Amino acid sequence: MSSVAGGGVVGAAAAAGGTSGGAPLHVLAVDDSSVDRAVISGILRSSRFRVTAVDSGKRALELLGSENNVGMIITDYWMPEMTGYELLKKVKESSKLKQIPVVIMSSENVPTRISRCLEEGAEDFLVKPVRPSDVSRVFNRVLP
Amino acid sequence: MEYANLRRQAASLKRSLFDQGYLDEQFCQVEDLQDEASPNFAEEVVSLFFKDSARLVANIEQAMEKYPGDFNRWDAHMQQLKGSCFSIGASKMNNECTSFRNSCGEENAEGCRRSFQKVKREHAILRQKLESYFQLLRQAGPTRTATRPGGK
Repeated sequence: MSSVAGGGVVGAAAAAGGTSGGAPLHVLAVDDSSVDRAVISGILRSSRFRVTAVDSGKRALELLGSENNVGMIITDYWMPEMTGYELLKKVKESSKLKQIPVVIMSSENVPTRISRCLEEGAEDFLVKPVRPSDVSRVFNRVLP
Repeated sequence: MEYANLRRQAASLKRSLFDQGYLDEQFCQVEDLQDEASPNFAEEVVSLFFKDSARLVANIEQAMEKYPGDFNRWDAHMQQLKGSCFSIGASKMNNECTSFRNSCGEENAEGCRRSFQKVKREHAILRQKLESYFQLLRQAGPTRTATRPGGK
């Protein structure tokens, strides 16, 4: 069961599924809001992904540095200290991480922000509130 | 029979929360994420919301006292609270947060103060109503599926 109370790193194992035949895809969810972390984790868990939720870009990079099995990153845009855009840039600049698809979420629909993220290599930009159908649409398109 | 009655009361309370504008469809989306693995998911998320929102309200209050006229700072704090309201479907609170942010944009301190009082009031009301709702659900016991107002 996914548990996202508090800050820091929280991991959860979901039922098998989410990939075309192997272990469930490991998705890293990044959001400084505990409520939004809970909701996106719930959506991903219901889609049978394995979810780790963290509260900052810094913690996301720490986890990405220590684990090799993250298959997708979904991150909020607007976070203190390191925005989702800055996290995206760091991922795409890293030879180790750049292949990991990154999806950005934001509560604000700002066209220039969306363009900037897509140009930097984001797979998609989802306007909150994110729905399970958004996740299905994006992940089905992005993942093999 | 008693459990069925409690579930009816819970459904009726939820319907009234929607009818009176306290909640919107997003709340149903959160409830829809409940399953056998996470049967209390909605209550957990709402509990997180009230823990988080109490902190954010305190931050805003402190910011308004310590930084008078710093509308950018006030707005930044309220943006966080508004985001949380949005995520759980707390519609009335969300609207009051928007009013506050509009007043920040107009640099209208009195407008901000009035809106903030409304935010706090709606926060307290919503907490009380949702606590009642989840208490009824706990007493009623587990159900197979969440329902939308109107019985869908």
